[in-house]
Amino acid sequence: MDGMNKICISNLNVFWNRVQALSSINLKVPANKILGIIGPSGSGKTVFLRSLNRLNDLIPEIRIEGRILLDNQDIYHPEFDPVELRKRVGIVFALPIPLPMSIYDNIVFGPMLSGVSKKSVLDMLVERSLKSSFLWDEVKDRLKTSAMRLSGGQQQRLCLARVLAMEPEVILLDEPCSGLDPISTAEIEHALTVLKKDYTIILVTNNTKQAARIADNTAFFLMSEMVEIGPTDTIFTVPCDSRTNDYITGRFG
Amino acid sequence: MKLHPRYTQIGAISLLVIATLITLAILVFIIAFVLGRGLLYVNADFLFSNPEDMGRAGGIFPTLIGTIILPLLALLIATPLGVGTSIYLTEYTRESRVTRIIRFGADCLAGIPSIIFGLFGYIFFVTTLKMGWSIISGGLTLAFMILPTLIRTSEEAIKAVPNSYREVSFSLGATRWQTVRKVVLPNALPGIVTGIMLSVGRSIGETAAVIFTAGSSLKLPGSIFDSVRTMSVHFYVLAREGISNENAYATAAVLVISILSINLVSYWIMNRFIASKLK
Repeated sequence: MDGMNKICISNLNVFWNRVQALSSINLKVPANKILGIIGPSGSGKTVFLRSLNRLNDLIPEIRIEGRILLDNQDIYHPEFDPVELRKRVGIVFALPIPLPMSIYDNIVFGPMLSGVSKKSVLDMLVERSLKSSFLWDEVKDRLKTSAMRLSGGQQQRLCLARVLAMEPEVILLDEPCSGLDPISTAEIEHALTVLKKDYTIILVTNNTKQAARIADNTAFFLMSEMVEIGPTDTIFTVPCDSRTNDYITGRFG
Repeated sequence: MKLHPRYTQIGAISLLVIATLITLAILVFIIAFVLGRGLLYVNADFLFSNPEDMGRAGGIFPTLIGTIILPLLALLIATPLGVGTSIYLTEYTRESRVTRIIRFGADCLAGIPSIIFGLFGYIFFVTTLKMGWSIISGGLTLAFMILPTLIRTSEEAIKAVPNSYREVSFSLGATRWQTVRKVVLPNALPGIVTGIMLSVGRSIGETAAVIFTAGSSLKLPGSIFDSVRTMSVHFYVLAREGISNENAYATAAVLVISILSINLVSYWIMNRFIASKLK
């Protein structure tokens, strides 16, 4: 059964100084599925996501306990290289953050770090990842112009393409549509449902409807705990916990 | 008495405009004064011939060379040290007692009068290390003098790079050094160059520290172990000893024009660099 699970999290506790940001999270992430994570802000969703690619390592105040296995390997094992981990587990942040360089250079940033330097390979990666994020048609004639000039929705799809160009195994998305209009949101969602056949996707979202639309499984986080997890249909129709029901029906949050 | 906001608004604007105009006027007056007194005597012959009779006659060619070579040497020494230190302080260490002490030390050094650096250079480089009055002694002393400014300006420039850029870089599988090289430094470059330009200006204009360490020889230097005179020192000597007022002002005019053109060229390059990134 572990063959089907890309990531296994057991007893994960995260502390920000003395404050507990996540407590006793146990969770299995199946491969080639979209796991939606919903919950009010401050419930630990983002900290959770950033634990999965060890971006929290950059914040000295954060301390992590427990085990996270990626393909049965402990990613917090002292011999596990966080740089290699981040190449396998890509992340798209809440706000689109293009680096101040051209569209092309943004996308080849990751591959070039891994030593890819052949122009034909890079060109291929740029075209393929932009097509996968449904941005190619809009930018194919201006790849050398600054990425800062794109609109917000285009920038976010660029950030997705940038992650895809690394050819990761897992894609983490931290409220990728929070700043986007409904059309851009639909484009990103469409891209994700196509992408899941090649990637394992974890989507943190403030928008419960978005999880209902595209997630295969959904987890509900509340006040640093995971209240429940299950197939999206079940969570949204017959949740086990009354707090989940209250949240998705909009009684709070 | 309470004034209507409309009047305080008008009052504020007038005061600010007056302050700006006075500042501008002072700058323009100084430059015009120096150029007006000196420019008459500046020609190709003055620039490219050797001085005669202590500078009473002839040109300023050796001092022109000195003015180029001393700050250049100082920059070559100080820039890697300064930028390296600031990268280490901002990217590789956490804010701690040690970084605060280093920063405090740099701030103190930046405020020390240049003649103290000159004295230090004279005792340490010129006599103790037996380098004599030479380009190398002067260059090292100037390097020490501009180092604190370089560190602090580069540090500010590096800190101004948004942290989100670093996170993106790390999340795309970059090591810390790759992040510094590909994301932090390119974006901090305009600020770092500003610091370098300030340092160039300071070292070109320096006299006290230079006289003590590079000497004031009017001969064309043959190696970096020869003494050299910069334009600033030349101006100082000509004016102080009453050798030649005409040549003193002519030297000053050349000095002012060089500094202006260095600044203009570097701004131009910087703007093109920034524009190319936002194309």
